[in-house]
Amino acid sequence: MKYLSAGKTVALLFAAALLVACSGSDTTEQDEAAAAAAAAAAAAHSAQQAASAAEMARLEEAAAAVGNVFYFEYDSSTLTPEALSAVNAHIALLHRNTENIRLEGHTDERGTREYNMALGERRANSVRDYMVANGISSMRIETISYGEERPVAYGSGEANWAENRRIELKPQ
Amino acid sequence: MKHLIAVLTAVVLAAIAAGATAQISIVIDEGNRDATPIAIVPFARQGTGFPQEDLAEIVDGDLARSGQFLPVARTDMLSRPSTESEVFFRDWSAINVRYLLIGRESMNGPQLRVDYELFDVISQKKVFSGYEAGPVSDARMLAHRIADEIYEHLTGVRGAFATKLLYISVTRNPGGKDYSRLTMSDSDGARPIVLLETQEPLLAPTWSPDGKDIAYVSFETGRPAIYRQELATGRRQQLTNFKGLNGAPAWSPDGKTMAMTLSKDGNPDIYLMDLATKQLTQIVRHYAIDTEPTWMPDGQSLLFTSDRGGKPQIYRYDLRTGKTDRVTHEGSYNARARVSQDGRSVVMVHQQDGRFQIAVLDLVTNRLTPLTSTELDESPSIAPNGSMVLYATKYAERGILAAVAVDGDAKFRLPAREGDVREPAWSPYLSR
Repeated sequence: MKYLSAGKTVALLFAAALLVACSGSDTTEQDEAAAAAAAAAAAAHSAQQAASAAEMARLEEAAAAVGNVFYFEYDSSTLTPEALSAVNAHIALLHRNTENIRLEGHTDERGTREYNMALGERRANSVRDYMVANGISSMRIETISYGEERPVAYGSGEANWAENRRIELKPQ
Repeated sequence: MKHLIAVLTAVVLAAIAAGATAQISIVIDEGNRDATPIAIVPFARQGTGFPQEDLAEIVDGDLARSGQFLPVARTDMLSRPSTESEVFFRDWSAINVRYLLIGRESMNGPQLRVDYELFDVISQKKVFSGYEAGPVSDARMLAHRIADEIYEHLTGVRGAFATKLLYISVTRNPGGKDYSRLTMSDSDGARPIVLLETQEPLLAPTWSPDGKDIAYVSFETGRPAIYRQELATGRRQQLTNFKGLNGAPAWSPDGKTMAMTLSKDGNPDIYLMDLATKQLTQIVRHYAIDTEPTWMPDGQSLLFTSDRGGKPQIYRYDLRTGKTDRVTHEGSYNARARVSQDGRSVVMVHQQDGRFQIAVLDLVTNRLTPLTSTELDESPSIAPNGSMVLYATKYAERGILAAVAVDGDAKFRLPAREGDVREPAWSPYLSR
């Protein structure tokens, strides 16, 4: 007993009191009704759990399907329409889980390095602000800019640049 | 304890220096059409213990890189004098040489001494003579000082060969994080020393005005922070650790203050840090991006990049009046200014026809002149004598350093043997 916390002790005492109360009843009808109600409640609970798990799985799948990289136009911190719907899928998931995330802002190689550092931050902030406006606590979102220092595509030309102008969403 | 860690770090870094280095070598693309022909005769040596370096060749390379001199090939020399009595001017007028440099090296214990004389071939007179002496390990620096003397005597402008460069080199690591190195070399790219290596980004290396300290931005803790490092001891000090951007450090001309970009209050603004007290003062506050501060040589105002007008342009903040005015008006993108020591020329990254080039703005005539014609040029840094601009560009899909004369006439490249090289910072004049 001494290993139990105060809360658990109270709960145990309460359960014991209930048992004492129930043992005072001797009608089988009451017992059957109680058992049926308990079974129904358990079934409902597990159904709800199953539905919730299914919903979570669906949201996680949706977020995974859109990926965790969002793209931008050149010298812009406005999300493309595709990026916006991708961010929305992550917002839906964040409403249901408790994870903290990190938004990493990146730019292409054009322009100066320190200006790009600022541009990467502006991109990360614009995604953060959109998430906060849609009900996600700012406390759960960390932002960082890498500017043009962490390209995923090394070459020049629009195809490479477009791949590098991005936000990467990562768990914190 | 902190100091001990810093010193130990420096030792580790020095050990790294012995290993991987991005050595850069020089390729001259274009010289000045009016370059002065000069003959630099191999210096005579008597005795033993001399350095491996060919000092005359180093002087030759320095003068050639300036674009203002055209050293003749040794194979064209008809004689190889090392003393005044051995000089026959007709040997040099015959191959159209204007000036002749001869010299003699001697060893005194570990000390190397070079005596040299410069002659005017047309007037057949000695222009001047001098000597340089120092430890044999510093032989290259002695050669650079001789080149500085000759340059100054013949052009009237102080030479900047006995200076150093800082740059960042990156080795790609596909599938993993790239390796970034902060390297210091001689002005000709020789003797590279790795000061710091990390797998996180490094950027914005810069010099203190006395050339004894450097500052840079490192992401080594996972977030950007500004560090100051003393070159003689390797001792490091983290100057900032704010939420958001910590970037673009720039020492004031008196060495007491550092300008920087911080976004701790929401968006990137320019701050000044008193380096003695670490007290911060915000000088530019605007909801736009304000970054890349640089000081005017008088220390009374700063230039910076801002996109408050929609696109990045250069602005000036006057510390006396607290007023900000726009400096660049031509082109849709002008950023990262650096100012010549006379305060007249501003070099910057300038976008024209979709290409990012280095351009120079004359603050007196307000004329903006592109200096380069490649596509992704950035990070211009001016030699302390204002003669050359070093910058980063791409060549064959690699980041390399290149230089161009401020008058646009001479160009050379400093390609790395491996990796990408960028963000050059030319040191101020260094005391001996």
